[in-house]
Amino acid sequence: MMLIGLAGYLSGYDGTFPFQKPGDRYEQHNYIGMRGFCAFLGSCLVPFAYLTVLELSKSLPAALLTAFILIFDTGCITLSQYILLDPILMFFLMGAVLSMVKCNSRADRPFSASWWFWLSLTGVSLAGAMGVKFVGLFVVLLVGLNTIYDLWDLLGNLSLSLVTFGKHLLARVLCLIVLPLALYTAVFAVHFAVLNRSGPGDGFFSSAFQSQLIGNNLHNVSIPEHLAYGSVVTMKNLRMAGGYLHSHWHLYPEGVGARQQQVTAYLHKDLNNLWIIKKHDSDTADLSDPSSPVEFVRHGDIIRLEHKETSRNLHSHQHEAPLTRKHFQVTGYGINGTGDSNDFWRIEVVGRKTGKLIKVLRSRVRLTHVATGCILGSSGKTLPKWGWEQVEVTCTPYLKETPNSLWNFEDHINPKLPNISLDVLKPSFAEILLESHMVMIRGNSGLKPKDNEVTSKPWHWPINYQGLRFSGVNETDYRVYLLGNPVIWWLNLITIGLYLLITVCTAVALKRGVQLTSELKELSRVVLHAGGQITLGWLLHYLPFFMMGRVLYFHHYFPAMLFSSMLTGITWDALLRFCAVFLSPSTTARKVHGGGFLALVLLILYSFYLFHPLSYGMIGPMASNPSSPMAGLRWMDSWEF
Amino acid sequence: MLGFLKEPVVVTAEINVNLVALTVLALISRLWGLCYPRAVVFDEVYYGQFVSLYMKRIFFVDDSGPPFGHMLLALGGYLGGFDGNFLWNRIGAEYSMNVPVWSLRLLPALAGAFCVPLAYQILVELHFSHCAALGAALLILLENSLITQSRFMLLESILIFFILLAVLSYLKFYNLQKHSAFCGSWWFWLLLTGVACSCAVGVKYMGLFTYLLLLATAGLHFWHMIGDQNLSNVCSTACKRYYLSLFMVSLLCHFLARALALIIIPMGLYLSFFYVHLALLYRSGPHDQIMTSAFQASLEGGLARITQGQPLEVAYGSQITLRNVLGKPVQCWLHSHTNTYPIRYENGRGSSHQQQVTCYPFKDVNNWWIVKDPGMQQLVVSNPPRPVRHGHIVQLVHGITTRYLNTHDVAAPLSPHSQEVSCYIDYNISMPAQNLWRVEIVNRESDTDVWKTILSEVRFVHVNTSAVLKLSGASLPEWGYRQLEVVGEKLSKGYHQSMVWNVEEHRYGKSQEQKEREVELHSPTQMDISKNLSFMAKFTELQWKILTLKNEDTEHKYSSSALDWVTMDTNIAYWLHPTSGAQIHLLGNVATWASANAAALIYLCLSLWYLLRRRRRIYDIPEDAWQLWVSAGGICAGGWAVNYLPFFLMEKTLFLYHYLPAVTFQILLIPVVLQHLGDHLCRSVLLKSMLSALIVAWFSSVYFVYCTFSPLTYGQPALSPPELRALRWKDTWNILIRKH
Repeated sequence: MMLIGLAGYLSGYDGTFPFQKPGDRYEQHNYIGMRGFCAFLGSCLVPFAYLTVLELSKSLPAALLTAFILIFDTGCITLSQYILLDPILMFFLMGAVLSMVKCNSRADRPFSASWWFWLSLTGVSLAGAMGVKFVGLFVVLLVGLNTIYDLWDLLGNLSLSLVTFGKHLLARVLCLIVLPLALYTAVFAVHFAVLNRSGPGDGFFSSAFQSQLIGNNLHNVSIPEHLAYGSVVTMKNLRMAGGYLHSHWHLYPEGVGARQQQVTAYLHKDLNNLWIIKKHDSDTADLSDPSSPVEFVRHGDIIRLEHKETSRNLHSHQHEAPLTRKHFQVTGYGINGTGDSNDFWRIEVVGRKTGKLIKVLRSRVRLTHVATGCILGSSGKTLPKWGWEQVEVTCTPYLKETPNSLWNFEDHINPKLPNISLDVLKPSFAEILLESHMVMIRGNSGLKPKDNEVTSKPWHWPINYQGLRFSGVNETDYRVYLLGNPVIWWLNLITIGLYLLITVCTAVALKRGVQLTSELKELSRVVLHAGGQITLGWLLHYLPFFMMGRVLYFHHYFPAMLFSSMLTGITWDALLRFCAVFLSPSTTARKVHGGGFLALVLLILYSFYLFHPLSYGMIGPMASNPSSPMAGLRWMDSWEF
Repeated sequence: MLGFLKEPVVVTAEINVNLVALTVLALISRLWGLCYPRAVVFDEVYYGQFVSLYMKRIFFVDDSGPPFGHMLLALGGYLGGFDGNFLWNRIGAEYSMNVPVWSLRLLPALAGAFCVPLAYQILVELHFSHCAALGAALLILLENSLITQSRFMLLESILIFFILLAVLSYLKFYNLQKHSAFCGSWWFWLLLTGVACSCAVGVKYMGLFTYLLLLATAGLHFWHMIGDQNLSNVCSTACKRYYLSLFMVSLLCHFLARALALIIIPMGLYLSFFYVHLALLYRSGPHDQIMTSAFQASLEGGLARITQGQPLEVAYGSQITLRNVLGKPVQCWLHSHTNTYPIRYENGRGSSHQQQVTCYPFKDVNNWWIVKDPGMQQLVVSNPPRPVRHGHIVQLVHGITTRYLNTHDVAAPLSPHSQEVSCYIDYNISMPAQNLWRVEIVNRESDTDVWKTILSEVRFVHVNTSAVLKLSGASLPEWGYRQLEVVGEKLSKGYHQSMVWNVEEHRYGKSQEQKEREVELHSPTQMDISKNLSFMAKFTELQWKILTLKNEDTEHKYSSSALDWVTMDTNIAYWLHPTSGAQIHLLGNVATWASANAAALIYLCLSLWYLLRRRRRIYDIPEDAWQLWVSAGGICAGGWAVNYLPFFLMEKTLFLYHYLPAVTFQILLIPVVLQHLGDHLCRSVLLKSMLSALIVAWFSSVYFVYCTFSPLTYGQPALSPPELRALRWKDTWNILIRKH
């Protein structure tokens, strides 16, 4: 279940929550409804694919073949039986493709009611697909390319005036850009409105974001506005999901720089995040005196930061940092605030002049180490066990302006200063939207595989190299294993090669200007145009995974597999028809076509009969055991059912 | 008889004085004062060590790219009589007398200089005027960044040279195509395209982008050829069929010729680079460790010295060391020692308290294990030896402590999901020994293969629990002496190198001294394993290592992001004189870079405009001008795009010099756009003369910028701090100013 947790990590923040009823209900008894919902969406894929292929190829056998493939693929069945995001995503994805194709076929009657209907339905599906998972972006790309091609076609049509063309353009912008974006942001607005409580993930977000969450200590907070000497503060790193500057009683272990107290960045709120701002040259006594006047910290001042719990100073020196070897180590040093000149830091606000005051929350601050000239920053790398897996803090000698080396003051306690309300901080909705996306993208790309971990590679997928264990490990468990029906998947794989071959032949023939009968012309149009559209979809949903650095799973291939199945339907139908045309007597032709079609369907049915236990669950010994009923079906060593 | 004397002997030579003058100027600008500074400049510190290793014939792996570029640099060293004795450790270090600085830097400088005439010729072959060609060549000539980059022992200028050569030869070939296909020069240029492409790829993988661009262009041109209807519509149906078949044959010939020159020959050349590389470097060296045992054994010295003459087939009673195939984070050998696992770990979990089994990165007597037949007691090789085959069950006995390798259902110290692996100590509690392992040879050819030293990759599957012996990659805490953890992996998903081991050192056990001679008499056929490893096997391994090896350092003081390059917001300080303010920077000619950006923008906008208008059947420019515009843009703007845009997807550390190939193409675009503006958009005479005046003014500004920044390009004369400050035209430039 960890896998689903990982994949669903994003979606936890994502637009799927309308479907995710509160967690406790799902835990208890109501999960049948949720599963039913997912399974319903999953079964909608079949008619969608059927209609799409029918619309594209105008051929019933092709559509039927596609439908059979999708009905009897064990992978699709398994995937849509559980509460996963994938059936929802694939539902919207196929919805978008279907309505796009429908809309294209109504191109001869533009601006008719059904044209408008299908166009706006495309937009709605796009919004849905985007809201479920980021993979939905690929279908947006597909629809976008199709629209550009469409518009280019219209532009070349000289019988259309430029005004009409402008209307076409506007209609598409409205339905395919404005409408989905509006829906998408609306989903997010609802999301923020529903989830307005503070939760365990707060530390990932910036101070401004947190102030919007009820229950967070920054919500409706009133704190002193300007930073003064003697204030107790927390400092938050400005990189996305950066932590608070933190220290604790533990020392760096031997062999890791100087054996002084650790300074780290910590994502959670903690008393050890508190620091006291002191002047570099005066001791603590006169600051705690309530009668002394308040002195504000100004841009360019040289300060000392004392850790409140341990009374050690923030310190750096020319020892190498624990993980980022080219940076300097940052430690806590000194006893009761007495340290040395390596404890001095110059505080600077980005984009301000000397002498200006420093604002809590709003000023973006840089701390320069006076002795070595390096800048306090968080490298974003996680320390090993000795550092409690907190994030490394270093002093970087590379004077680059990155969020890694910028901080803001978040909490601010100073009894001598008046508190003001910080509602001014309220970020706009656009900012919230942007930030939550940044955090999601970071979280997404942060799912890097570890060195020795065996991960699924994109090239494994089309050959059905390895499945995904859904439940049950041991012999006695009820096991479900996500694996595509190998016959279908290998058929799909062969078909892609076959399609390329047919396309090249057809394209060369057309390029050579070979005279074709009307039937052949229609066929080659289907092959080139419809097949091309579907192949483009397959490529768009498959190739990007090769460039992703994150952890990948087998189920990422399923959207591409839908396209691949549709291509199989179209290609085999076209191939059989080509054969039929060349065997001219119509009786044999029909026989060849019918026979081929029947053979394919029977093959699919039989393979489903063989492999159906994969998705409906199996009990008994593992397949690697020769006594298991599934032993004969373990065609590849890498399958583990 | 003497009829041939009736005609005079005539030699007509046509010399393009422009071209010659440009070449001479380029040579002067690149070669002038080449030995200065006589110190290590920037990445010379990196490439220099490889040159030294070549001189000493020591094997190395460089993950930054294929070996051809390194070999060219080493060729310079070889011609200069370099002996390789120089410690490349610090930028700015003075060269000792034995380093032939001039000849080491000569090849990159020559390559950089020849880019200038190449640029001229490319523009001519794109059917632009000689005036435009002259402009392009001058811009390349006066480009500070290209000069800096080509005056040192660096690879970019060589790369750019080969890229431009490939483009030029393809254009020459394409222009010959129309009237004289399959003639001598047609073949010459076609083959040269392929050769230059593979050289470019061989220098740096960046060359791949241009290679793909040219392949795509060739594909497109061939596609047009297929559609060429001229031949097929000549005459009546009878002869039409004849012509058609003739045409098909010639089409096939064209296709085969292109495939040969543009795909097969480059692949062959690429392989040959590696062949030469491996033939030159036959000694073992510091990078041995990342290669497999078999590869290491093929190098002179190092592992080969140990493994020479050891028996090939592992038999019952063999004494072996087992190396993990993964080699990450370090290479290590299966190891055990008398210390036991602590009873309780820091986090409170318990252990079996049995003897530790780890993976140890150094050679040690504790790395020796003895293969034992479970059914017999003896630990020596019988006579004749009984080889171990795939699927056999064995016990592994630790040589020094004579304890058995064991695993059981106890969580491993750092990877609780896996089983602990230990050497079994009988504490007389209810925990029996489970020390049977099945040997599975991963790279077997048949199911009865014998387990071979070095060559066989083996998995050890535990018989009781079917766990697989695996290196987890984590390193143990103090109690385990920070050695690497070894676990039994229960859920072994597929093949992973961390679960695969190979025998490295091997001898037949002969613990009973009196039998020593006897065993030696019956020693098996010895074989030299190095001869067993074919070139292709070595190539595949080396290539794979180059592609997968990753340097950890991801930050550099002068690293930049791809976005900074277009506006040149960044620079790289290459060298600083130890005492004076003389310094060398990689800095482009600001005027050229700005106008190149403008040209790219204008090209893009105009193309879009033309395209949209043509779609509505409005033709602003004549058809041949349009074809010219498209083909020139395809090469220049296309070259810029393919050499630049991929960097946005890369995760490695990027530097400004990665942009130089792209900027070279972008510069070529400037005269293309200017000539188009002059020919087609400035319709009146007044506009035309204004344009020429502007061009002259602009060229002088380019020259002015070149002169201004030449102290930073050539490193001399030394500038004073105020002068340096005046050169800091952008705040983001990092020009080094001494404080005193």
